[in-house]
Amino acid sequence: MIEVEDIHFTYPNNVEALRGVSLVIKNGEFVAVMGQNGAGKTTLVKHFNGLLRPTKGIVRIDGVETTKTSVAALSRNTGFVFQNPDHQLFSETVEAEIAFALKNFGFEEEVIEKRITWALNLLGLAQYKKTSPFLLSGGERKRVALASVLAWNPQTLILDEPTIGQDYQQKEKLRQFIVQMQAQGKTVVIVTHDVEFVAECSPRVLLMKEGIIVADGEGREILTNPEVLAQSSIVLPQIAQIFMKLTPLGLPKNVIDVYEAKEAVLEMLEKGRK
Amino acid sequence: MSVFDGLRFRKVYSPIHNLDPRVKFIYVCAVFVAAILFGEILPLIALFLMSIPFVLLAGVQKEWLRSLRGAAFLATFIFLVNIASSFFTSGYVLTAANVETAAAMTLRFVVLVESFSVFFLTTSPDHLGLALEQSRVPYEFAFAFTTAVRFVPVLAEEAQTIMDAQKARGLELEKGGFLKRIRNYIPVLIPLIVSAIRRSLELAEAMESRAWGATKKRTNLYALKLLRGDFALLAINVAVLAVAIYVRLYVPVPTLSKLFWV
Repeated sequence: MIEVEDIHFTYPNNVEALRGVSLVIKNGEFVAVMGQNGAGKTTLVKHFNGLLRPTKGIVRIDGVETTKTSVAALSRNTGFVFQNPDHQLFSETVEAEIAFALKNFGFEEEVIEKRITWALNLLGLAQYKKTSPFLLSGGERKRVALASVLAWNPQTLILDEPTIGQDYQQKEKLRQFIVQMQAQGKTVVIVTHDVEFVAECSPRVLLMKEGIIVADGEGREILTNPEVLAQSSIVLPQIAQIFMKLTPLGLPKNVIDVYEAKEAVLEMLEKGRK
Repeated sequence: MSVFDGLRFRKVYSPIHNLDPRVKFIYVCAVFVAAILFGEILPLIALFLMSIPFVLLAGVQKEWLRSLRGAAFLATFIFLVNIASSFFTSGYVLTAANVETAAAMTLRFVVLVESFSVFFLTTSPDHLGLALEQSRVPYEFAFAFTTAVRFVPVLAEEAQTIMDAQKARGLELEKGGFLKRIRNYIPVLIPLIVSAIRRSLELAEAMESRAWGATKKRTNLYALKLLRGDFALLAINVAVLAVAIYVRLYVPVPTLSKLFWV
């Protein structure tokens, strides 16, 4: 459980990135943090594993204040996958890359071996076990970075811009993977600009602007509210745009994913036929 | 990183910032030569004090102090090594003269750091590139130099991100003995170097796609011209060098210990 109480954060160069943010993320929740560049999204999630400590206010992870413990200790339960995989890959092989964190957390040799195989299979990287991560494509490097965090099976997973540089198929896999994580009761927090991806997953959405949260609620409600979205310079998902324009025909307003859209259109067509 | 902070340019305007970078560089060289000429503490103190008016005029006291603080570790090291070596060579006694020489050597280092930091704090990378070009340094080298200077803060920021990413994977930089701690930095250094190389390749491609080096003869929008202030500083430089060389050759420089104890 992540509890944030009225936190403020100012960077050393006096940029005030957070100006009073409060929220609670319960275990098993799936949250998407959205907002324009510089809204404070990454700054906020960096508080969830102690990489940043609030200049004012309190952050508690499972009841423990982040100021009273180390990043390494918090990371055991909160995995953080950075936006750019090149900021963390350094090993000679993909296998060694994944083993790095496991060794840091003191897992035993046999367990490490098993976890590596498990993580590689999960992300379709098994054939690259002995390859150098630097020889992989951008999307593959991103998956190696994700695998290297997943391997220690943290309770909470924070993904900073996970969909950047991924093709449609990989995005779909990522979505299924998040669903799977949720089924296991894991907490997933993603930071993203990808409205369509969020529309497909329909998580709880936290909308940020200039260091505060301007909207917090169901993805379906927030992503179909043009006034709220305009504040954060986010455009509605394409399906919501179409349905918004077709409300005079009797279509519902708050539709964001393809399946639901199909059902609604079919229903309307049926009615029309009668 | 504090040493780098002391060398980082911030855009402000002052009489010192507006001076011609070439003349400022000659000043650095003059101080450098003078500092090398003397091993005695008195002239070095004079050299140290000489830069302070420039610092005050430029209004960069805070950054300047930070760069001195950054140099403090190395300065202490130089002082201790000098003390130790004179202690062992002069038959295990510590004389006032020895301490003074050690202090002078340390001060020589501090004077060099001081003058370089004044130079970099008051000279913008653009100005510097312009100066190099107009001193007939081939444009390729001038460009490489200014680019390197400009990317220092970018790399510092990137290093921070990489440290964060590795900490999030359970790396504890401050854990273990001396050797272990050095090894701890491998997961930070490799991504930093790799991404620096990658960035340089990308930069090269971006530059070539914008016709970098298409013409052999480049022209500049701004040209450096020596103004009254520049000539004044040039005169100061010549005077400093002349006095330093004259004193070195014809005036015996007293040491503090002789002045006070004999």
